[in-house]
Amino acid sequence: MEILVCVKRVPDTAENEFELNSAGNDLDRDDLVYSVNEWDNYAVEEAIQIVDNVGGSVTVVTVGDDESEEVLRREMAMGANNGVLLSDDAFEGSDGKGIAAILKAEVAKGKYDLILTGAQADEGAGQVGGMLSAMLDYPYASLVNKIEVVNDTTIQVGREIEGGNQEMNEIQLPCVLSIQTGINEPRYVGIRGIRKVASVDVPVKGAGDLGIDPATVGKNGAKTRRVDYFVPDLGDGAEMLEGSTEEIIEKLIEKLKAKGGL
Amino acid sequence: MTQIFAYIPFKNGAAEDVALEYPDAAKKIDPSAEVTAVVAGTGADLDKVADAMTGIYKEVIKIDHAELAYPNAELVRKALLDVLPHDALILLPHDTFGMDLAPGLAVKMDSAYAADIVDFEGLDGKDLKMIRQELGGAVYTHVASDISSGAVITVRPGSFAPTEDTAAGGSVVDKSGDVKDLSAKRKFLEVVVAEVGDVDITKADVLVSIGRGIEEEENIEIAQELADAMGAVVSCSRPIVDAKWLEKSRQVGTSGQTVKPKVYMAMGISGSFQHLGGVKGNPFIVAVNKNPKAPIFQVADVGIVEDILEFMPELTEAVKGL
Ligand SMILES: Cc1cc2nc3c(=O)[nH]c(=O)nc-3n(C[C@H](O)[C@H](O)[C@H](O)COP(=O)(O)OP(=O)(O)OC[C@H]3O[C@@H](n4cnc5c(N)ncnc54)[C@H](O)[C@@H]3O)c2cc1C
Ligand SMILES: Cc1cc2nc3c(=O)[nH]c(=O)nc-3n(C[C@H](O)[C@H](O)[C@H](O)COP(=O)(O)OP(=O)(O)OC[C@H]3O[C@@H](n4cnc5c(N)ncnc54)[C@H](O)[C@@H]3O)c2cc1C
Repeated sequence: MEILVCVKRVPDTAENEFELNSAGNDLDRDDLVYSVNEWDNYAVEEAIQIVDNVGGSVTVVTVGDDESEEVLRREMAMGANNGVLLSDDAFEGSDGKGIAAILKAEVAKGKYDLILTGAQADEGAGQVGGMLSAMLDYPYASLVNKIEVVNDTTIQVGREIEGGNQEMNEIQLPCVLSIQTGINEPRYVGIRGIRKVASVDVPVKGAGDLGIDPATVGKNGAKTRRVDYFVPDLGDGAEMLEGSTEEIIEKLIEKLKAKGGL
Repeated sequence: MTQIFAYIPFKNGAAEDVALEYPDAAKKIDPSAEVTAVVAGTGADLDKVADAMTGIYKEVIKIDHAELAYPNAELVRKALLDVLPHDALILLPHDTFGMDLAPGLAVKMDSAYAADIVDFEGLDGKDLKMIRQELGGAVYTHVASDISSGAVITVRPGSFAPTEDTAAGGSVVDKSGDVKDLSAKRKFLEVVVAEVGDVDITKADVLVSIGRGIEEEENIEIAQELADAMGAVVSCSRPIVDAKWLEKSRQVGTSGQTVKPKVYMAMGISGSFQHLGGVKGNPFIVAVNKNPKAPIFQVADVGIVEDILEFMPELTEAVKGL
């Protein structure tokens, strides 16, 4: 099975405290720590496991800038066979559809049976996989937490729905699936693994290589655009307990007693 | 005037809560907008929902087809493409169904797409101004979509005020005949119901709920000791279940359990909407988090900026000493 996994480089929510810049319209990006979107690691792990079982290869692809190459190498260190970076000034400011259109052009250059994305990324939209499938006229299933290969043309997938129930579907290949966390346990990648793939060639493709009309992607093609980041006025929020840990605990215990917590 | 279509998902003959929330969302998009409800399915359940919707919406489009007995997103998409004008503004819930259907629908309608909208700020020419969150709720953004050739927008359930007006006196329009081909490359098989665990967190009055801030599997013991001292039960956020440290039945949230405790102790949980979607009944929420900017502090009653791994043992000792 030939599998393409789409991955995105995102600010790491566990490693950063997010602040706005001095103009108050964007994140202060100077010291942000980036990593692979959490969901994408599950997608890559799943692809590797499928290939381990039925043969084939795993290619990871991202739309991004020079720095995005590091996330491709990380996923190759996990076990992906190939990496492709799609990068061009014309891609900047793309909305979700723009990203999907760029990925579609790369899909058209290969012969993939299965395309995986994460269920969502840092922006919480969960849009790219569904859009890509519609552009390709491939079937789609989102929030997939189980994949079973039936034969060369059919797979069974479980989708995680409300309440943790699982919706089972049969789906024809080629198809696009968005992968939910928990489907597997992504393998650990150490420094040594990264070093091993440090010299592997990662091709970079631009609009010309992909046959994309620059006017259809990037800022010009975007029907949805982010205007700014802001801090909303949300009222008071929580009453913050302050002081020494002992004092905090004393206050907390009073409150817990009053509210039926003790 | 904007023509808005609100897709009504339902289960067992009852519309989901978002059906009551769309009118408020629509009013914020355009106070003069006309909102049409769209229900797709088959048989008596569908009729029941369509009827109920005439109390809220002036016009209710009904799509009845045997193939739609289960809301397979690929089929629903085909039906909507046949029935709705392609420059329509379509509202869907940002849940597991909406996420499955909406992005592909936006492509096929050739419309703008905006996901997980928590508020609307109205129209400015062709642009619809909206508010959403990024990075797990850590930051807010304004986004604008050019809706002149239509838009597909998913709204976050629970973000808009439910309507109390249920005397709209609307009527049902049957558009089933407009639907052409309903074949699909994805076939629904069955729903496998989540397993029941040893502990029922939905019955607990007090929950000590742990998130990724617990850091290591061994540390769960620290939370268990606090729970034991308080007579509470340990629940958790999704990453703890993904890591297989606790069983799925302990997970609080939209894809886990809905809990209604008196007191909810959120320990090292950031406060994503999917997590908070499972915390109901307005409990007293105590949040302990080492990040003073964690979104959980916006919804908690009491907030404490501390390392839970140090704070919990001290609290346990103090509670034991009472
Ligand atoms: C500086 C900046 C400006 C931007 N301006 C705009 C703008 O004007 N309008 C706008 O709508 N958006 C804008 N974006 C957002 C950007 O276009 C997003 O990458 C795009 O919207 C998809 O990301 P998402 O988080 O919504 O992906 P989701 O759909 O939530 O991600 C789901 C999955 O899709 C795949 N995926 C997502 N992005 C990529 C990628 N880049 N490469 C490969 N796979 C991917 C991954 O598998 C991921 O797990 C901007 C981003 C930046 C950093
Ligand atoms: C369709 C869908 C359904 C989902 N359903 C659910 C669901 O049902 N339930 C659910 O929980 N999630 C769900 N999620 C995931 C959700 O989006 C979040 O990713 C998740 O809730 C984050 O869990 P968390 O708060 O534990 O982790 P994080 O967001 O990583 O937060 C960890 C927090 O711990 C703090 N912290 C770290 N170390 C310490 C320490 N030592 N002391 C104190 N604080 C510390 C950090 O500051 C941070 O705020 C779902 C996602 C999707 C896409």
